[in-house]
Amino acid sequence: MNLTLRIWRQSGPEDKGRMVTYQVDGVSPDMSFLEMLDVLNERLILAGEEPVAFDHDCREGICGMCGLMINGDAHGPQRGTTACQLHMRQFSDGDTIDIEPWRARAFPVIKDLVVDRTAFDKIIAAGGYITAPTGSAPEAHSVPVAKADADAAFSSAACIGCGACVAACPNGSGMLFTAAKITQLSLLPQGQPERYTRVIGMVDAHDEAGFGGCTNAGECTAVCPKGIPLNTIGRLNRDYLRATAKRGGTPGS
Amino acid sequence: MAVTGILLVLFLVAHMLGNLKIFTGETAFDHYAHWLRDIGTPLLPSTWFLWIQRTVLLAAVLGHIGAATLLALRARAARPVRYAHRKKVNGSYAARTMRWGGVIILLFVIYHILDLTTGHLNPQGDPGNPYGNVVADFAPARWYVTLFYTLAIVALGLHLRHGAFSALRSLGQQTPAGERRARAAALVFAIVLCAGYLVVPFAVLTGLVA
Ligand code: HEM
Ligand code: SF4
Ligand code: FES
Repeated sequence: MNLTLRIWRQSGPEDKGRMVTYQVDGVSPDMSFLEMLDVLNERLILAGEEPVAFDHDCREGICGMCGLMINGDAHGPQRGTTACQLHMRQFSDGDTIDIEPWRARAFPVIKDLVVDRTAFDKIIAAGGYITAPTGSAPEAHSVPVAKADADAAFSSAACIGCGACVAACPNGSGMLFTAAKITQLSLLPQGQPERYTRVIGMVDAHDEAGFGGCTNAGECTAVCPKGIPLNTIGRLNRDYLRATAKRGGTPGS
Repeated sequence: MAVTGILLVLFLVAHMLGNLKIFTGETAFDHYAHWLRDIGTPLLPSTWFLWIQRTVLLAAVLGHIGAATLLALRARAARPVRYAHRKKVNGSYAARTMRWGGVIILLFVIYHILDLTTGHLNPQGDPGNPYGNVVADFAPARWYVTLFYTLAIVALGLHLRHGAFSALRSLGQQTPAGERRARAAALVFAIVLCAGYLVVPFAVLTGLVA
């Protein structure tokens, strides 16, 4: 396959950045999207040019490092997959592919396609944990959990923190990520002690980081590689309303 | 957003039911319009209830617009650099047209009050005869009024389709099955409201109401 790539190049946080066009040929349909970028980078290096910086680690859809806006779609055209799991057979010979970084004030570009997602860490630090000592994996039957709750908590725990939800959101909101973490923890008995301080803390950290407000537009869940459902946001809202109604959730009161 | 929206939705339902009284004839409709001014009497002096309702509605409209403006400003600030290539809609079309749809509805409501409440833009403009005003308004020769009206109602339908669902979600609707029900209910509600508001001008246009 021969492709035309238009890639966002930005040498550092201060650079203004621009779309630059590259030709790559000899791309196999069996390559992953990131392997195709590797091919481009090898050629750039041989030609003495600066390779395109992009984030990646596991390349198997579990670490959440990779994240590219591909033709205006977060993680590309295939649903339920990360950019690293996307294969070039999703494209056709002669295609032009636009590749951009996630765009959000809370995710500033470090270089080219790499963004800084520290804002997500701040949301987690504001409540995405439990204080009960858990030690090694406990005996599964010692704390009973309803099967439906266990399943819903588990599928929310599948969130890999990639940030595609923010990238796709017309409001630049990080609510799906925040709601996935809230759901995972507030459905399980171990997450109860901090249930209401957690939701307030995480939503405050979310807003402080400069993310936009959620309008339930649903673009996030469509691009989420882990299929985190939109109803997690309803769970977050309900916890939030309860937390603000009962001031008992305030530490020390 | 959700609370003010629900207040406006309650008004829309009541207003639609009131409008449909046009099918019961001129006397009944005009009588209904006069009765609106007498609700609450003798407990309240005449038209007091109407003014209380207008105050609440105005507060709801301002609150609704204020919250929407805040969200729009936050959205703008949250993405300082735009995408060069952006897929238009992955989720729902209605959700993505809320802001411009809201502006269209607001312009319509302003026109509509000048038309049927104050009578300034109405060809008849007789405060004692709302039935005649409505008939004069949607006369076939004034098809452009009906056209604008229809566009505004369709915008309202889209606005409600997402708005009704979103309000339930904001107030804590949280299960997947409930989401399917809430979306279906919002769709049916939007369609019923559109139909209820559209039958009146089209009945006048086709001469069913004259
Ligand atoms: C079939 C369609 C409609 C008809 C025939 C109609 C008719 C009327 C009439 C006759 C009045 C004046 C009532 C009075 O003076 O006692 C009125 C007021 C009003 N209508 Fe409509 N209307 C329609 C649709 C709508 C829609 C879709 C909206 C909202 C988006 C709306 C919002 C209003 C408002 C805000 C007022 C002013 C209420 C007030 O006087 O305080 N109407 N309408
Ligand atoms: S909710 Fe989905 S899209 Fe958002 S960070 Fe988690 S895995 Fe990525
Ligand atoms: S590189 Fe780990 S999820 Fe893509």
